[in-house]
Order: sequence, then structure tokens, then C-alpha cells
Amino acid sequence: MLKDQDRIFKNLYNDLGSDVVSSQKRGDWTDTKEIIDKGRDWIINEIKDSQLRGRGGAGFPTGLKWSFAPKEVGSRPHYLVINGDESEPGTCKDRDILRFEPHKLIEGCLIASYAVQAHVCYIYIRGEYFVDGQKLQAAIDEAYEKKLLGKNAAGTGWDLDIFIHYGAGAYICGEETALLESIEGKKGQPRLKPPFPALIGLYGCPTIINNVETIAVVPTILRRGGKWFSSLGREKNTGTKIFCISGNVNTPCNVEEEMNIPLKELIEVHAGGVIGGWDNLQAVIPGGSSMPLIPKEKCETLTMDFDSLMAEKSGLGTAGIVVINKDQDIIKCMARIARFYKHESCGQCTPCREGSGWMWRMLERMAKGDATKDEVDMLGDVTNQIAGHTICAFGEGSSWPVQGLLRHFKKEIIERNNLDPIVQKKNNIPYLVDQHLLDKKNA
Amino acid sequence: MSLRRPAKHQPENFEFSSSSLDAAKKIVSKYPKGKQQSAVMALLYIAQRQNSNWIPLAAMKYIAKFLDMPYIKVYEVATFYTMYNLSPVGKHFIQVCTTTPCMIRGAGKLVEACKEKISENECELSDDKSCSWMEVECLGACVNAPMMQINDEYYEDLDKEKTLKILDKILKGESPKPGSYRGRLNNEPENNRKTLMEYKNA
Repeated sequence: MLKDQDRIFKNLYNDLGSDVVSSQKRGDWTDTKEIIDKGRDWIINEIKDSQLRGRGGAGFPTGLKWSFAPKEVGSRPHYLVINGDESEPGTCKDRDILRFEPHKLIEGCLIASYAVQAHVCYIYIRGEYFVDGQKLQAAIDEAYEKKLLGKNAAGTGWDLDIFIHYGAGAYICGEETALLESIEGKKGQPRLKPPFPALIGLYGCPTIINNVETIAVVPTILRRGGKWFSSLGREKNTGTKIFCISGNVNTPCNVEEEMNIPLKELIEVHAGGVIGGWDNLQAVIPGGSSMPLIPKEKCETLTMDFDSLMAEKSGLGTAGIVVINKDQDIIKCMARIARFYKHESCGQCTPCREGSGWMWRMLERMAKGDATKDEVDMLGDVTNQIAGHTICAFGEGSSWPVQGLLRHFKKEIIERNNLDPIVQKKNNIPYLVDQHLLDKKNA
Repeated sequence: MSLRRPAKHQPENFEFSSSSLDAAKKIVSKYPKGKQQSAVMALLYIAQRQNSNWIPLAAMKYIAKFLDMPYIKVYEVATFYTMYNLSPVGKHFIQVCTTTPCMIRGAGKLVEACKEKISENECELSDDKSCSWMEVECLGACVNAPMMQINDEYYEDLDKEKTLKILDKILKGESPKPGSYRGRLNNEPENNRKTLMEYKNA
């Protein structure tokens, strides 16, 4: 288990209070000026050395992202945008940072703004977190009062203003370009990339977008050194991470732990074990609902980091672990996730808009045992028609959980759904005819 | 996508009250000059708060004029985002999360409780017209599942009995305490905490 002194979020459960004075006691804002005096290049290099990867799901190296910001500010100002539109089912880590460690986030914003030369920072918070956003606003007001923000913030010579922008219940706004559209006062529909936001982002200006957790760990990394951070976890998967363990466990909780921790340790030690014992475990969704589930056999030895989960054809995502035990109907669980995606599709790309509803309706029927034998393969075909054929990663996010179900629980689906096909087929032609697929035999 | 339609019966006029107007001006000042359209989401919230929790078409037209943008753009935003209510809801608006992490911990029971206490169907006003409820997608408190949101506040770690009690209080006009209903501290593991112990005992 990670030692307490190596935990970054010491107030994760709000034992200590979130105001500026108690935050300073925990080490926030103590030597912000000294850090910034070391210069932009030092900060970016230190973050690169720490091998910090973005905590929002994709795991993109943060130092690298910052280095994409133009070196000189041209006619267009730079912006820093913080993504706090945490809506992935199974994830509730950013909420605790917003309400209990707001000063870590605000200080991180100041340092990151300096590193990417932004004078304005927008924090996008999902609309449902209104109360938590108010707490962050109170912390921001407090920081202005203490001259930690505004002109010459914290005596660093850098001017920074932070504004909160509330979302209004759209999951898709967690996608970075949809989030920018939303801040601009439009529907949250993702933009095509390239151009990437680092060059053309908010209001057409260079914009760096980071997750709340990513920014909140930055001050501690710079204080204790990139070497310290990279000594935790393993190569390329370094540092600590807040894991949210929910579902059928005895004591669901948020806990900050080292990367590469065994999944079994997280569940058994921190979450008090699976309800009904370890043998009652059916499957685990390791990183928020868009990551394919992992069956019990693999959970025994699985370690939680970006690369080892990738090797299992899943992903760390946001590290929202949903434990599903054998009392649950796994097909129904996935049907509910499919309904979530059907509800949240922004409707811009046809494969996703239509396909997400298609997957949901099929899974609902499969949960009831009303589907025919051939529909199981058809479902797999539908997922392949969505993934990779959309503007943003929502297409993958909505089809991966279904693909995970088909990969590991196909037997259960087939056992339950053994009706004969309505139309008997003679040739093996894909259901959704893509011309290039017809050329391949057995495509 | 979710299907969203404006209400049939719409008021003729809408105008910001003076306090709403102050709040709106403050919000517009957060964005660069000429980018006042960014404020549309916040202004819709202000309109929703002022107009007993829903947004009439007249308010969208008013906001469009206020921000000097086409009405259709405001309409697009109001119909795209699900937190804007386009038809009247109760003064106490109850949203029950039923996405998988809540579902497997018994969110169905919360829905039953709402059906018993408030109304048989979603988005229907209770007998005394003060409450309505609906199922929503993940509210981002999965560790505290099952949970529900009443207006702005989160009520966590619920079961059917506790939900019934909360709803009773709401119907009586009281405001029950938000947060965890199993008495644990925020998101800590209940009676099983193994980290940050020195702070817990401090």
C-alpha cells in the first residue's frame, strides 16, 4: 500500500477542511513563486520527467501536451481549459478534488497557465455538480482575496483569471472539442481534428485542455520533483491515481493509490471485498463504463495501469472500477450502459446516433431472451460499424463495452437466445453491407 | 440522443428580474468582448431559476436578444442539454440515477419509492403539484450509489426506506440534510478506512 506521506490528496475525505489556511498547512501555495521562477522550460521538463499521463481517460503525456502550445504568444491569446465534466459512469474522483482540494487545482491552474502562457483559465464543471462548483467558486474568491489570483498572482508576476463555466448535463462535453464548443455557447458537438486545440481551440485561439486531476497533481510533482513521481508505479505508468471503486463491494470508496496496484488488492483491502466473497465475482469494468469488462479469471492477477490494461484489450480510462458480482445479470448491466450511450450520443455522426440505439435495443432483447441466434453476430457487426467511423471517440466508447461483453460472455448470450433466425440466409454476407467487406471472404 | 420538446402551453412574455439581470451581466463579463454568446448556458440557468425551474420559449427569445444572437442558436442549446427543463417540473425536482453502478446497488427501489410517493409516471406532478421525479443518467456519485438529486443537492447511500423518509420530508415542505445517509464521511470506505489515518484521528 502507498505510504500516507506519498499521497497527494491528503484531504480526499475532508478530514481537514478545504479553505486556504488548512490547504497551506498541507503544503499548497507555499513556494509557488520559487517554482515559477525556475521558468517555463524547467516546469515542462520536470512534468515530462515525471511521465505524468492525463487522468481524464486517454492517458496522453501531459508534458508533451503542454509543449505543443506555441512558444511565442502571437496576436491570439492562449487559453487554459480544465475539464471537470466528469460524467463517465463509475467515476467520481474530480468531484472530490473540486470540493475538498480546490486549492491544489487552483494552484495547478496558475502553474499550468504560466507554462502555456495563458492569462485566462476556464474550468468547465458539469451542471449537476452545482454545489461542488460553488465550493470551488468560494475557494477561487478566497484566492483572489489573498492575491493568489488576479494581477501578479501569488507574487509570481503572472496575471491569471479563473472562471467557472457550468455544463448542463451532456456527457459528450467531456470530449475536449465538444467542451470548447460548449464554452463558446453552442451545442456540444465535437470538432474534427486536426486542427488540434493546442493551435486552434477556444475562440480559434491556442488552447490547452487538461483534466481536473491532472492539473491538481502538478504542484505536488514540481515540489517533490519529477523523479519522486516517476519512482512510483512503473515505467510510463507512473505516480498515484485516485481509484473509484463502486458496485457490488462491501465498502465502495475513493482511494488514492499507486499506479500498477493489483486490482485484487484494491477490491479486497480498500473496498472491503466483493459482496458474497471473491468467488462471487463475475466481472469488473476497470476504467469507467466505456472500457471493456474483464472477467473474474483475469481479475486475479490484473494490475491497474494504462499499459497492462491495454494488454487485456481494456483500458484504465478514468479508473472508475465497477465491480459486478454473480447476483447481477451481466447482459442487463451492459444493456443499461448501452442505454446510457444511446441517451448521450450528440447525434452528429450517423453511425453513432443510430448505432447506439440499435445496440441498446438489441441488448434489451437479449437480456430478455427474445433475440435470435444470428443476432449475436449481428450485434458484433454493429459495434464494428460504429467504432472508428465517428468524429470523436464516443463511437469507440459506446461500442467497446458491448464488444467486451461479446468477447467474454458470448456463451451466456447464446444460451439465453436460441430462437431461430426469421430469415434463413444462404450466403454469408455481412448484415450491414460495406462494399469493401464484400471483397473479403467471410468478412 | 434524447427527444426533447417544448411544452404546449407557453407564457407570452418573459423578462429577467432585476436580480437576474445583475447576475446575467456579471456572467457576460467573464467572457472576452464579442464572445457574449458563451454566456448563453449560464443565462438559460438563470431563466430556469427565475421561472420556477423551467424555460419557456419566450425566455429563449429574450436571451437571444440579450446576447445579440439568433433565436435558433439559443433554441438549439436549450434543446441539446438535458438539464434545461422545457416544460414545467415540480418545485422539488427529483432526479434518480439509474445507470449501471447505481442500478446494481438497487436504484430500482428508489424509483419504486418515487412512484409510491410522488407520481406513477416520470415527469408528472405530484398530487399537491409541488414535486416531480425522473430517471436520469449517471450523476457522478457512483461510490455513493444508489443516490438521487433533489434540486441542487445530492442524497447518497440510500435504500427504499430512507428514500421514502426523504420524500415525506420534501412533501411536507422540510429540507432534509443532503449527503450520505449511512453516516460515513464523504467517499471514505465505511468502517474500513486504511489510509490517511493520522488525519482522521487528528
